[in-house]
Amino acid sequence: MTENPRDLRYTKEHEWVRLGADGTAEVGITHFAQDQLGDIVYIDLPGVGSSINQHGKMGEVESVKSVSDLYSPVTGEVVEVNQEAVEHPEQVNEAPYDKGWLIRVRLADPGETEQLLTAEQYEALVAAEEH
Amino acid sequence: MAESMPSLLRTPLNAEHHASGGRMVPFGGWEMPLQYTSILAEARAVRAGVGIFDVSHMARLHVRGEDATAFLDRVLTAKVSALRSGRARYTFLLNEDGGIIDDGVVARLDDGSGAEEHLLLVSNAGTRPTVMAWLERWSGEFPRQALHDATTETAMVAVQGPQAAALLDGMADGTPSEMRPFACAAVSLDLGSGAPASAVVSRTGYTGENGFEVVVSAGDAVALWRRLVDGGATACGLGSRDTLRLEAALMLSETDVGPSTTPLEAGQDRFVNLEKEGFVGREALLRMREQGMQRRMVGFQVLAQGIPRTGYTLWKDGARVGEVTSGGYSPTLDMAIGLGYVAIEHATPGTELTVDLRGRAAPARIVKLPFYRRPKS
Repeated sequence: MTENPRDLRYTKEHEWVRLGADGTAEVGITHFAQDQLGDIVYIDLPGVGSSINQHGKMGEVESVKSVSDLYSPVTGEVVEVNQEAVEHPEQVNEAPYDKGWLIRVRLADPGETEQLLTAEQYEALVAAEEH
Repeated sequence: MAESMPSLLRTPLNAEHHASGGRMVPFGGWEMPLQYTSILAEARAVRAGVGIFDVSHMARLHVRGEDATAFLDRVLTAKVSALRSGRARYTFLLNEDGGIIDDGVVARLDDGSGAEEHLLLVSNAGTRPTVMAWLERWSGEFPRQALHDATTETAMVAVQGPQAAALLDGMADGTPSEMRPFACAAVSLDLGSGAPASAVVSRTGYTGENGFEVVVSAGDAVALWRRLVDGGATACGLGSRDTLRLEAALMLSETDVGPSTTPLEAGQDRFVNLEKEGFVGREALLRMREQGMQRRMVGFQVLAQGIPRTGYTLWKDGARVGEVTSGGYSPTLDMAIGLGYVAIEHATPGTELTVDLRGRAAPARIVKLPFYRRPKS
């Protein structure tokens, strides 16, 4: 499977992180996550200025079929929320690594992402989950 | 591709669904497609054009013989004796407490001359064993009829949407667009190659759009499905089917209605002929009508983000007043909607409620049903 970008880090809760050069990181959910959820209808995200902790619950994604908790892959302060994705949640289904990003976080500790899964490790996890 | 799940029944179209990427799930004892692409895209395709649904899992029960009408009049809420040849009607099968064992559509397939009656009852997949057992229990009173479950010998495809009639007309010599709603006819279908297929076509459906339900032999199912797809129909699964029927406020058996709910509480009075004597459950309904009901089904819109789901509590002024039976996101209205039973004193359109969405109280308002009515053409 080559759909999971190699330059991102991943969690077993099916989120991804894209490290920026400026000490911030973008966060979203993976292709596998959006596929399992089906049509996403509502997204509940932390507000700008709120603090989030790595592996803590930060919101919810609701699809036609189900609701899933969103966990934060990083610790820090939310500096931007993707309003377009909130208003057009289908973007998260269509482009989960691109237009479907969810929040941007100023990282408390950029080294934290080293603990997360690489693309290869994440894909092995997904392959195990599918069988 | 995932293999078919063991011990679930499969319709004659099962391989087609797998081949076209259908996401298969168990439903009512069958392996059925939940969706092919996206539930919302499939629902939108039905409202805008034409979608097809494999509904072969639904029960197709035939009753033939001199006593066929009298037998079904005993167990159904519809006045089957008044059902003319080539007509169908939505109806309920009740237990002795007036609770709903199942809902269904009964159609008269005989020519109405009275001698050899032939009625077809189409009811739900999950309840098929219960319905058959119930029918067999009462059939002893009516010796001159025979009950036959044709479900596994046949297939049924729903063709729904504003373009449904045009699509079927091309296969059936223009007959479908001339059919009135709830008409039912034997039709010969041109499936593109080979001999024409015998079908029973009814102008019925579960989406709130104009549409038809087509019954063919199991052997003709694949050719029918492919002919419809070639003609421009979008393949749609159970996910979109549930979204569409909810928008149209159509009941789901074992979810909105069931053995502990009566058709009166469910707001389905017009499908119960209370004047018809002798049907099972009538006494209980007459008592309920006399004593008044405690609760009534309502439809509501959620005025904040979040989707109401089965079992969520409905509150008013700090008191629990009801429960959600079905809920979902309506793509046509772009809001979350739901059905549920509410204490009768609050069961009025305009009433403000809150719905408990997994610990979060969301404002909701009771509305008149249906949520969606198709535009007059």
